[in-house]
Amino acid sequence: MKQLMSGNEAIARGAWEAGVLFAAGYPGTPSTEVLEALSTYHDVDAQWSTNEKVAFDECIGAALGGARSMVTMKHVGLNVAADPFMVFPYGGTNAGFVALVADDPGMYSSQNEQDSRYFAKIAKVPLLEPSDAREAHEFVKFAFELSERFETPVMFRTTTRLAHTRSVVESAERMDAPRRPFSRKISQYAIPVYARFRRPELEDKLNRLREFAEEYPGNVVEEGSRDIGIVTHGIPYQYVKEVAPGASVFKLGMIYPLPKRRLEQFCARFEMVFVVEESEGFIEQEMASFGILNVIGKERFTNIGELSADLVAQGLNSTSVPSDFAAQTTILPRPPVLCPGCSHRGVLGALKELGVLVTGDIGCYTLGCLPPYEAMHTTFCMGASIGNATGFNKAGEERVVGLIGDSTFLHSGLPSLLSAVYNQVPTTTILLDNGTTGMTGHQQHPGTGSTLKERPAPRVNYENLIQSLGVEHVAVVDPWDPEATAAAIKSGLDHPGPAVIIARRSCRLLPEEKAKDKVPYQVEELNCIQCEDCMATGCPALVWEGDTPHIREWECAGCAMCAYLCPVDAICQVEVSVDANH
Amino acid sequence: MPITNVLVAGVGGQGVVLASELLALAAIGAGHDAKQGEFHGVAQRGGSVFSHVRFGDRVFSPTTRRGEVDFLLALEKLEALRYAHFVREDGMILVNDHEVEPIRTADTRPYPKGAVAFLKSKGFAVRTIKATEIAVELGNHRAANTVMLGALAEQLDIPDEIWDKTLEGRIPEGLLELNRKAFAMGRERGR
Repeated sequence: MKQLMSGNEAIARGAWEAGVLFAAGYPGTPSTEVLEALSTYHDVDAQWSTNEKVAFDECIGAALGGARSMVTMKHVGLNVAADPFMVFPYGGTNAGFVALVADDPGMYSSQNEQDSRYFAKIAKVPLLEPSDAREAHEFVKFAFELSERFETPVMFRTTTRLAHTRSVVESAERMDAPRRPFSRKISQYAIPVYARFRRPELEDKLNRLREFAEEYPGNVVEEGSRDIGIVTHGIPYQYVKEVAPGASVFKLGMIYPLPKRRLEQFCARFEMVFVVEESEGFIEQEMASFGILNVIGKERFTNIGELSADLVAQGLNSTSVPSDFAAQTTILPRPPVLCPGCSHRGVLGALKELGVLVTGDIGCYTLGCLPPYEAMHTTFCMGASIGNATGFNKAGEERVVGLIGDSTFLHSGLPSLLSAVYNQVPTTTILLDNGTTGMTGHQQHPGTGSTLKERPAPRVNYENLIQSLGVEHVAVVDPWDPEATAAAIKSGLDHPGPAVIIARRSCRLLPEEKAKDKVPYQVEELNCIQCEDCMATGCPALVWEGDTPHIREWECAGCAMCAYLCPVDAICQVEVSVDANH
Repeated sequence: MPITNVLVAGVGGQGVVLASELLALAAIGAGHDAKQGEFHGVAQRGGSVFSHVRFGDRVFSPTTRRGEVDFLLALEKLEALRYAHFVREDGMILVNDHEVEPIRTADTRPYPKGAVAFLKSKGFAVRTIKATEIAVELGNHRAANTVMLGALAEQLDIPDEIWDKTLEGRIPEGLLELNRKAFAMGRERGR
């Protein structure tokens, strides 16, 4: 049946058709929808795990135990899972094991632009990369076959454009992939003890994969002009076909290891060959290591950001890319903002008022480093806030706050908090408990009370958990109460040991929150003194119209953050409640 | 058939993605190859969102090159200005007569007046549709995207019954009648 599917949905469909039995991951744009789509198949056991390393370890166990398994993550998730990713290949897999890793060129929703293809080379595992949803569906089925044929984990790399572009996919039925019995070959799977013996075998396997790459039909030459030869892969292939339909194209489906002989033969036919690849010059560097040097690559196709058909045309033909009309008319920016009623606003406002140093973390609240709050001073990666705060304290900063969301805290904040307790570092951690994984679109986690499959689950009791680590000062506060929030943070800072403040209020975009009746606020224009203090909330429901602020009633969540800031009480509740569905 | 290139643009929460998905589904229903893909940042609400839809015999690039878009479907006026450079010289811009004031930033210039006149001065065929107003009259401002889609449908060669089947297959039952009406109103205004 022909269907319109995103790359992510197509990967899930392909994995299901390949008979995948177990899938695990941690949400991360642009990979999230793969596991969400897999969870809709009743015969796939799909779950959110606490972090990518945990998910990876679980999938190793499942695959060794004989079930075809898939682990999903974004590129920075692979950094978290790098430990098992590098060591598992020494043992090799039993049932098919596919690691889906989604890179984000252009950093639409990421903190760095990381070309994860290099990981495959370090781990010595094969890497497949499709160029659209149809191919993703086909390739992922093959990935499981390849994994079992070579007893190796297979890395399946996508990018944002592939993950989020919908195109036509022809779906098929699910195949039966019976469990493969596990044989307890300790010498194969107890790696630290036997690694020295496994090491040559890993190299031998890689050599066999190199041979396989020469015959793999996913590496395909599309004959065209005798004058223009292009080596490309993935989404850039689509741009190449768009702007150079007549060229001879060597399209690589397996990016590691590369088919050395076939590339040599192809490149020998042209004076110069273009290598069109997104992000770093991985293919180009591999080709150079084979001695293929008649290539034009990164000097013409930038390694910064996402490529496009325009940029590929520019690189191939030196055409120019038209610019927008910003020089001729007013094109105001629309930066990302916190939603109306966002529970983070109360905490960020209090932190701004207190003026303390804040180390941040990954989540919607990362927007707290932007105007109007600018209340967060550092942010690097998942779980970093608490460790960074500890470090600042060690460097002599006495009043430091680590700001971390609930999902991120459970992902990788917990060990850092334990370290702070163990070393008795007087940092204050604010745990933003909005009851969901907000930024990636509301995924369940151990603190939400339900699973990916929407089954009830035990809900973490943060107070008990944190106290059991040895934190003596734990307080819970409602961030919609700015005064209480500021007082709680201050008490945490005044405490001589590690302190944790739990700011608890559900994300306003959760369906159960949206369904609640809300009483919006309005600006009483006669009383307004146009001081603009309310605008410091950065709330999208509050707009400046003419010379007064105005609240869009249907967007207002009734949090009263703006009313709190108004010095003349000109912002009051509307008398009638607005229908939640409107 | 040559490729038809559509760019749908608006503000997060306006239904840019749904409108473009409906268009891609209808194109497939009419027997075309199609690709659709959206661009958005980290924000759930209030950010600028745009989505490319391309359909025809065989579509390669998921995005249209700048200066080659046939139809820009803008659900908001400032967003029409933001993406107009993607439209080909004699291309058409269908714009919702609706302004969403952006959040205040360091750029304190007022919301641009005369967006439609500016776009006309660039040689584009500009159609203004009061989609949000129509949607509010129908009882839900969120249906503005479907009104705009109806207006675009008037410019495309996709049969009525395919549009109807597409809406039926994708819109939840409780909202189907509203969207059918919104689509029909858009078609009428787009004539």
